Amino acid sequence: MSSYKARFKVWRGDVKGGGLEDFEVEVNDGEVVLDIIHRLQATQAPDLAVRWNCKAGKCGSCSAEINGRPRLMCMTRMSVFTREETITVTPLRAFPVVRDLVTDVGFNYQKAREVPAFVPPAELAPGEYRMMQEDVDRSQEFRKCIECFLCQDTCHVVRDHEENKPAFAGPRFLMRVAELDMHPLDAASDSGLDRKKTAQDEHGLGYCNITKCCTEVCPEGIKITDNALIPLKERAVDRKYDPLVWLGSKIRRRSS
Amino acid sequence: MATGTEPHLNSGGVRTGTRAAIDAPHLRTDRWWLAPAVTAAGLLAFIVYSTWRAFANADYYSAPYVSPFYSPCVAENCKNMPSGPNADIFGSWWAISPAIIILIFPLGFRLTCYYYRKAYYRGFWASPPACAVAEPHKKYSGETRFPLILQNIHRYFFYAAILVALVLTYDTVLSFRDTDENWGHMGLGTVVFLINIALIWAYTISCHSCRHIVGGKLKHFSKHPVRYKAWQFVGKLNARHMLLAWASLVSVAVADFYVYLLASGAFDDPRFF
Repeated sequence: MSSYKARFKVWRGDVKGGGLEDFEVEVNDGEVVLDIIHRLQATQAPDLAVRWNCKAGKCGSCSAEINGRPRLMCMTRMSVFTREETITVTPLRAFPVVRDLVTDVGFNYQKAREVPAFVPPAELAPGEYRMMQEDVDRSQEFRKCIECFLCQDTCHVVRDHEENKPAFAGPRFLMRVAELDMHPLDAASDSGLDRKKTAQDEHGLGYCNITKCCTEVCPEGIKITDNALIPLKERAVDRKYDPLVWLGSKIRRRSS
Repeated sequence: MATGTEPHLNSGGVRTGTRAAIDAPHLRTDRWWLAPAVTAAGLLAFIVYSTWRAFANADYYSAPYVSPFYSPCVAENCKNMPSGPNADIFGSWWAISPAIIILIFPLGFRLTCYYYRKAYYRGFWASPPACAVAEPHKKYSGETRFPLILQNIHRYFFYAAILVALVLTYDTVLSFRDTDENWGHMGLGTVVFLINIALIWAYTISCHSCRHIVGGKLKHFSKHPVRYKAWQFVGKLNARHMLLAWASLVSVAVADFYVYLLASGAFDDPRFF
């Protein structure tokens, strides 16, 4: 087992200000960045604030930016860096900082509340739901989301434009809208809720310019852009911008 | 919010008030600029080449091959192409290159394509230049307003692209003739056209709008097994949409350049049989 001293720059501070602090810290074979942050806490910076939980890439707590890229600290192996490299760790830069590597991700919970929940079908009681696998495959991909909010952090619509936060739900919650709109038993349309239309009108789907950063950073490998956002855009086009589909729906009034 | 660190609604990007105080617009250490630079260079090269060829109005037909940039040719000033894709729809008043009339459709298809949008938003408009790299623009409204809201008509360009692909398929069939219009012959140009049309179809069918139309719009795949199969097939192609977009862009330029070489007399088509 070999070990070496790695150079780290870790952002320390709070909402009033802060900066990158230099550290030299021991690294052993098989370790991930979160191990190193824990070693820093144990040996050099006992008051370093970091949010973490499972250390297995499933809780979505330890999101940070490593060498400028949004990543889970627990899933970033030290072996991807050279020994000479200085590794910079900062908090997520799209959200307000609380302290050190901890940010306030409340924006995301607020956006989650703005998405109307699954609407149960009136004719079925709980326990009577039956769905074919092919009908739920698409939604199940989106259910892999661990809510690490890396996609929300990297999306330039809000990362680079704070003023868009009220209007834009972000990729994670547009994916939630897509998931519900593709759900075979969601009865939203029966209750007068048109998720295709509200995706555009209330959740800011039009702000997305499909540059795929959300997909690039997703630690679960969800094809957010190709399988959720673009299909949702096409569904919004059906409702708002395609006169032929609109005319067809008026004539046939048949649900697919 | 619980911590009292509500975001300020001023536009300062990653340097906005309550975010971590870091001056650098990004901290990436990899060569993040390479992909958008290569993309922009590739697209720019095609724009320059296709503009030259589209406005040249010359060297686009050498029996039995017609350049894909000039097919179908729908003005009176088109060259005579026996049994070729000629149709004098625009009449004699159209004085400039007939390629302009038809190129608007494949151009519109590619301009509004979901892959190319990513490519030029990143490569030309730096919106964003790369993930987690701050963009230089002060304001951003995405595709919510004119003109970018027009990206939503992509599916209409897809329908037009199907028609254009059908015409190019016809041209490929015609390439199995010799210079005297006798059938059952083949030259190197036929191979070039075959590869081009295969890539054009693959790119066209792998389109996200196509994926939506064939089945993606459905809520219950189980009630539409044929459309489900079609959606799965298009989905497999769609996963390679970027690759097909570039491959077909190169192949259409190569097919045009091949015809240019033949028509300008710089090269003779090697005949196989």
